[in-house]
Amino acid sequence: MYATDTQQEADRIMTICNACRYCEGLCAVFPAMEMRRAFTPGDLNYFANLCHACGACYYDCQFSPPHEFSVDVPQTLAKLRGETYQAYAWPRAFAGVFARNGLAISLIAALSVAVFILGFVAANDPSVVFATQTGAGAFYRLMPHNWMVAIFGAAFIYAIVALVMGFRNFWRDIGEPSHPLDDGGSIWQAVKDAASLRYLDGGGMGCMNDSPRPKDGRRHAHHATFYGFMLCFASTCIATLYHYFLGREAPYPWYDLPVVLGTLGGIGLVVGPIGLYIAKRRRDPAMVDHTKTGMDVAFIAMLFLTGLTGLLLLLLRATPAMGILLAVHLGVVFSLFVTMPYGKFVHGIYRFAALVRYAKERRAHEAPPKAAAPAGARPVANPG
Amino acid sequence: MNMASDPNPAPPGEAARPAEHYDVVVIGGGNAALCAANNARRAGRSVVVFEAAPKFYRGGNTRHTRNMRVAHDEPNEVLTGPYHEDEFWDDLLRVTGGQTDEELARYTIAQSKELWDFHTNQGVRFQPSLGGTLSLGRTNAFFLGGGRSMLNALYRTAEDLGVEIFYDAPVVALAIEDGAFLSATVRIGEREFVVRGGALVAAAGGFESNLEWLREYWGPPADNFLIRGTRHNRGSILRMLLDAGVQPIGDPTQCHAVAIDARSPKFDGGIVTRLDCVVFGIVVNRDAERFYDEGEDFWPKRYAIWGRLVAGQPDQIAYILIDQKSITSFMPSVYPPLKADTLAGLAQQLNLDPQKLERTVSEFNAAVRSGNFDSTVLDDCRTEGLTPPKSHWARRIDTPPFYAYPVRPGITFTYLGTRVNREARIIMEGGKPSANMFAAGEIMAGNVLGKGYLAGIGMTIGGVFGRIAGREAAANVRN
Repeated sequence: MYATDTQQEADRIMTICNACRYCEGLCAVFPAMEMRRAFTPGDLNYFANLCHACGACYYDCQFSPPHEFSVDVPQTLAKLRGETYQAYAWPRAFAGVFARNGLAISLIAALSVAVFILGFVAANDPSVVFATQTGAGAFYRLMPHNWMVAIFGAAFIYAIVALVMGFRNFWRDIGEPSHPLDDGGSIWQAVKDAASLRYLDGGGMGCMNDSPRPKDGRRHAHHATFYGFMLCFASTCIATLYHYFLGREAPYPWYDLPVVLGTLGGIGLVVGPIGLYIAKRRRDPAMVDHTKTGMDVAFIAMLFLTGLTGLLLLLLRATPAMGILLAVHLGVVFSLFVTMPYGKFVHGIYRFAALVRYAKERRAHEAPPKAAAPAGARPVANPG
Repeated sequence: MNMASDPNPAPPGEAARPAEHYDVVVIGGGNAALCAANNARRAGRSVVVFEAAPKFYRGGNTRHTRNMRVAHDEPNEVLTGPYHEDEFWDDLLRVTGGQTDEELARYTIAQSKELWDFHTNQGVRFQPSLGGTLSLGRTNAFFLGGGRSMLNALYRTAEDLGVEIFYDAPVVALAIEDGAFLSATVRIGEREFVVRGGALVAAAGGFESNLEWLREYWGPPADNFLIRGTRHNRGSILRMLLDAGVQPIGDPTQCHAVAIDARSPKFDGGIVTRLDCVVFGIVVNRDAERFYDEGEDFWPKRYAIWGRLVAGQPDQIAYILIDQKSITSFMPSVYPPLKADTLAGLAQQLNLDPQKLERTVSEFNAAVRSGNFDSTVLDDCRTEGLTPPKSHWARRIDTPPFYAYPVRPGITFTYLGTRVNREARIIMEGGKPSANMFAAGEIMAGNVLGKGYLAGIGMTIGGVFGRIAGREAAANVRN
């Protein structure tokens, strides 16, 4: 019935979990599981992407390894998630990027940075690249604004298209109808759940990353990273509006909105990924999909470099280092964009889609009035 | 490794060793043991916990629990309504048929009111009752993440308080003189250490995992029993205490047994091996014959008799038979049912005589009087003129495919224990209370629960008496 060994294992584990249900208060995966008696491959892929890898169920489980039932939900669902990223990739020809993701992303990033530096040097007189540039339009003396818009606009649109196609593949695979976005209530619920990382919390006890002692570090680091990214994105959008509607050219003074947002976002993108990397290093190996470490680290590194080069550019923009730093920053951001559909970034897309589906299922499930417990529903057995 | 579990870092190659003396020595590692250890430590005493199991399996049967029955006069954010002491007592009286020490039982129930706060203060979190257990939402506080999560919280607290914890550390001997505890001999790695203690808390569970001991009462059928919980409850501490002149309580021949999937592991299969479909079908033995009224009463009131019923059948095996109509009517279980389009085909898979099984089913079907099937009430679907009858929820088994689950007795716990008073103090033969020995949890549960079972009461007894034992041990350190 199942295409892969990982799905087979996920089915075995979810069957055990569905007969136990002690973890149903921890996150969304177990309540979603309880709405079913048997699991299609799409169901399992949905659970895999709904799982936030908080780790609580691994330490709470009386059947986790070395118990002979060997129930390891976080690791199994992590492996399955990795397989789904590859399966949903668009175009299919690029799915292989996930296989050696760390290497692929490093090469693309290095190449991209190199091309920007060479481009700057080739297109400009060295005295311009290595000179101190200040005042409005300083950046565009190195790279014309229209070029910047064309290149980044194209990269951004490509990323969006590829991500949307991946989303479609996931949405179809889990058996949802083709008009997913008409359920505003479920989408709003998913936005709230994603924005608060509601399910990266062990049901309120906290994340368990390296031991049964809950720690919130990973959650906080993720918040810093995510909101850092969003602030940087907002900064770019506002700067674009300034440019086209107010006729104001970058760079902007430190107190102006794009710089304030970009600085705060940049700090988040430096601090957050460092925290995520530390948490990753400390994570209990039993819960980790070891084949995907390269992918995880590559994404963390790309975000960190985006934040770091952006902050350096801000700090040193009035010095002769600006030219090279601008090239490096643009190279990093460009490679971040074009690799988004082929790296860890997609986790956010599929997890959000899974949260929408969960909110939808939950509303449908809770709609009919609750029936009284049937005679055979559940014994009151309780050892000891 | 934290300081708590590694008090005296040993040279490489040598296991950590306990100190020569502690104020309070706790034997066992479950809810009762940790409540006692934490409470004694909070009273300023040095405390050691010797847990026989490896770290993963720490906590005995507490690992497999999920809730605790607590009396309360007001609902709260989790408990859906009041559960007064009198109602709790009525429930206990009913399931034990009076086999309880009323003074201790009422005291336990009164003290259970404080467990919510006591456990919350040790990091335990509660949640509303699990799906499918709505009937317990008022009376029982469910542990968020289940029993192991609750144990992890107790152990975190113990580590933070500075309780010293040793795993893989079975106590192999106790020195007891005139009813007073002197020392325990603990085996850690290849070595044995004599550890003196000012007081003892025995919280090491019952003897249900000791098949030789069970065989003393049950004979060879005991070999076919499955043990639902830890393999470490071998009753060695209970045996040592009884041999040292401690007064026993509880019927040694009795144990709590339910019918669980026969394909379950010998030990530690836990909750997932249970089957809730008896009321929806019929149950036959190795000879393809029915042997008890499957619809006598609601399943929550009857599941606990089926272990004993199956234990009384040849080879201690039985088969639940249902048809297509019922396959989604009960909680899914861990092993898939055997399935066939004909009864004869099913009989072959089960190694039953096909003709006999067909005859049993056709006799049953012929005796069924149609009514309005409703699994939520004691409905009027029953048999007439059949022995044994099926009193409720009787529907003909006639819609293929047919399904079967093999079942065997699954032992949850034993009733034999040590007599205690309301200080959790162990009572010696002759009625003299021990100077410094206390007991908590399954090892003394028979004082309160002499027979039957009430969901979540094991954790109640463990919590109440663990807390008291810790306090009293701390106050009665003798040497």
